[in-house]
Amino acid sequence: MKRLTTLLSALVAMMSTNVFAEYGLNMTEGVTSISHDIYDLHMMVFWISVVIAVVVFGAMFYSVFAHRKSKGAVASQFHESTKAELIWTIVPVIILVGMAIPASKVLIDLEDTSKAEMTIKVTGHQWKWQYDYPKEGISFISNLAQSSKDAVTGTDADREAIGNYLLEVDNHLVLPVDTSVRFLITSNDVIHAWWVPEFGVKQDANPGFINDAWAKVDEIGTYRGQCAELCGKDHGFMPIVVDVVSKADYAKWVTEQQAAAKAATDSASKTWSKAELMAQGEDVYNTNCAGCHKKDGSGMPPIFPAMKGSPIANGAAADHIGMVLHGKGGMPTFKMLGDADLAAVITYERNAFGNTGSVVQPSDVTSAR
Amino acid sequence: MTTATASHDDHHHGPEKGLMRWVKTTNHKDIGSLYMWFAFTMLLVGGAFAMGIRAELLQPGMQLMDPHFFNQLTTMHGLIMVFGAIMPAFVGLGNWLIPMMIGAPDMALPRMNNWSFWILPFAGGILLSTFFMEGGAPAFGWTFYAPLSTTFAPDSTDFFIFAVHLLGFSSIMGAINIIATVLNMRAPEMKLMDMPLFVWTWLITSFLLIGAMPVLAGAVTMMLTDRNFGTAFFDATGGGDPVLFQHIFWFFGHPEVYIMILPAFGVVSHIIPTFARKPLFGYSSMVYATASIAFLSYIVWAHHMFLTGMPVAGELYFMYATMLIAVPTGVKVFNWISTMWRGSMTFEAPMLWAISFVFLFTIGGFSGLMLGIVPADIQYHDTYFVVAHFHYVLVTGALWSIIAATFYWLPKWTGKMYNETLAKVHFWWAVISVNVLFFPQHFLGLAGMPRRIPDYSLQFADFNFISSIGGFAFGASFILLTYIVIDCVRNGKPTGARPWPSAKGLEWTLEPKAQYHSFSTPPSRKLIEQESQNS
Repeated sequence: MKRLTTLLSALVAMMSTNVFAEYGLNMTEGVTSISHDIYDLHMMVFWISVVIAVVVFGAMFYSVFAHRKSKGAVASQFHESTKAELIWTIVPVIILVGMAIPASKVLIDLEDTSKAEMTIKVTGHQWKWQYDYPKEGISFISNLAQSSKDAVTGTDADREAIGNYLLEVDNHLVLPVDTSVRFLITSNDVIHAWWVPEFGVKQDANPGFINDAWAKVDEIGTYRGQCAELCGKDHGFMPIVVDVVSKADYAKWVTEQQAAAKAATDSASKTWSKAELMAQGEDVYNTNCAGCHKKDGSGMPPIFPAMKGSPIANGAAADHIGMVLHGKGGMPTFKMLGDADLAAVITYERNAFGNTGSVVQPSDVTSAR
Repeated sequence: MTTATASHDDHHHGPEKGLMRWVKTTNHKDIGSLYMWFAFTMLLVGGAFAMGIRAELLQPGMQLMDPHFFNQLTTMHGLIMVFGAIMPAFVGLGNWLIPMMIGAPDMALPRMNNWSFWILPFAGGILLSTFFMEGGAPAFGWTFYAPLSTTFAPDSTDFFIFAVHLLGFSSIMGAINIIATVLNMRAPEMKLMDMPLFVWTWLITSFLLIGAMPVLAGAVTMMLTDRNFGTAFFDATGGGDPVLFQHIFWFFGHPEVYIMILPAFGVVSHIIPTFARKPLFGYSSMVYATASIAFLSYIVWAHHMFLTGMPVAGELYFMYATMLIAVPTGVKVFNWISTMWRGSMTFEAPMLWAISFVFLFTIGGFSGLMLGIVPADIQYHDTYFVVAHFHYVLVTGALWSIIAATFYWLPKWTGKMYNETLAKVHFWWAVISVNVLFFPQHFLGLAGMPRRIPDYSLQFADFNFISSIGGFAFGASFILLTYIVIDCVRNGKPTGARPWPSAKGLEWTLEPKAQYHSFSTPPSRKLIEQESQNS
């Protein structure tokens, strides 16, 4: 008996969320009022389904065990009952109405973005996210962290060592706690979907249209999500990381970002040396271009052409700048990068991998825009 | 067509010999067999793609392929399974069974029947050939959302579009043929409400096909002109809208879901009464439920699109309409269980498949109900929860019923009995492995794993590993299935005309191996009443 109790308590312990937290069996409760409401709805529908399943499958398996020929069961011949048909039409309708009422309430609440205190524009690109704070004048790109990129073809140990494999980015989105944030979500190329499970926010990013969603996070912390709409080759490699910080830390972060943005604008107006451009260009290239054109410039022809010996990289600078700014076919535009970064990466592409193109200055990019 | 004349003169004259029999055949049984073997071949091809997908997902990291090839595999797996395996298999079953069930000699339009089959291998061939083209096969998912499938897709996409057009022709012709057969070739004494449920469900499915397939053709034609002729249906920069594509696609896509499941409902409604030795419960409510599901299937399409930025009123409407489908579907499940209730059941292979169909399909139904709740769908959408859901309804639903039907009617098709012991071993092997494969995917989705990703973060590793192991075991079970079917055809013991003693239906009044031309004279009213499910 004692052994049985121990076994049972072990089982109960296993069922508790802590043990399974690592594996994740259930939906997250999240950190916003919406995510809590969604979780409650999910559990309500789940338990209703479980109860119906127990009754229906209970009847079925009772019948399977009791009404079998090998047990001498004799088949009765009934085959109709208007009463039964009415019951199992009307009762489900009542249950469904019972589910629809709370679901409608939550839906109407989560679609109402009118109470937002600040706005962030989220733009999907193949395969990275761009975040704009229109009022604060902050804009940056958020790429999969280099540590994850390197570990994709590495060993299991590499992936464990870096932490948050495939769920880490170079630039985190930063939000203040206890603030109602409206996200304006759009895309620059194909359809993406911006999803942070713990916020209860998932919204398609459609090119040419703007969708909205909102979240008010009540716990400081780091929250991770992923793109949820197939968007091409690296769909699985464009995660989302959000730091929710105190309002004071947020204000400090905004000041820092604004200073950095000013420095970037200033650097775009000076003339760079080729070495400076090449050094910066290599970073920009590995972050933005190497996914398709590969680190060594070999590309993945025929869909993603090689940089090495490319007629564009070795041809007129204006064509090369135009290609990077505006894209063509499967090549997306990179006009969201700063002029200095663009000049650096174009110069790098024109002079690395044995290419012999000219040097491009930030001012060339500015005038080409 | 000299053979047609010859066989017309002599009703017991068999088919032509050799390869040309299959090329030129206008016989519903030959064409049914061609469809079934084609579907089975495609099932193995699509299954091989699935094995590739599960092998890559066995562990974190990219080991076997690059992400672009992974996307090609998921896309082609979906397309081949939907258009190459499940749909042709049901058309094959319809070809084989409908004339026998309604007391007809053959299908109404036999030459069109030949054509609608022979389009398929070419369509399938064109689709598969894209793997060897520049830029590879379609890699934008079987739902091929624009603009990923238009502006951003490789040139091979035009071949994909052509293949989809061909598949659509084939399906529409098949549907017209079935409607014409059921309405015109039915035994004169057979009223509509005498028809077996498989015939009813196929008749209703045919109307879904005729309504839905042209919409798909429209969608791919708009893609074609967007890609090649400068239109901008789906391109915002030209005044179009990518979400329009999804509306058109799902206006086809949702009826398509029921195209793949209504005939399955019909099959199960034959098997359960036979092995419960009891008449089908609620025949007419089954017919009405099927018709209601078919009607509702046309007005719920945007529940696949809750995240596209629909207005709240639209979301509310599509949520309510979607939840409503649970009612007629529930009626069917309750009717099947009532048919089993106080029966005298035995558990031969077809019955095992049918009972597990009811159980597992209903699990897929519950997750479907959960997905219909819009706020919850925000978290479920495009995750492995959805993958688990539609594999429960399509694999343990549609495919299960096809396997059940194969075992149930194989004796009538071949005049021989399959190996029951092996069939039971195969059943338990498949039913256990399929749950190891798909059940953990519910957990993966709830825990936040998006679908269609080639690699995943480490907290998803354990369930992906389990799922892959289940996948390999399930894949291997089809080797045994192939053996059982071939063994039956070659070495099976001869059976009587009615190998399942309590089976009802006109097909069982034919010879043990049904004669080449099913009914040369229409069955009498008395016989029809005796064999009717609506007793």
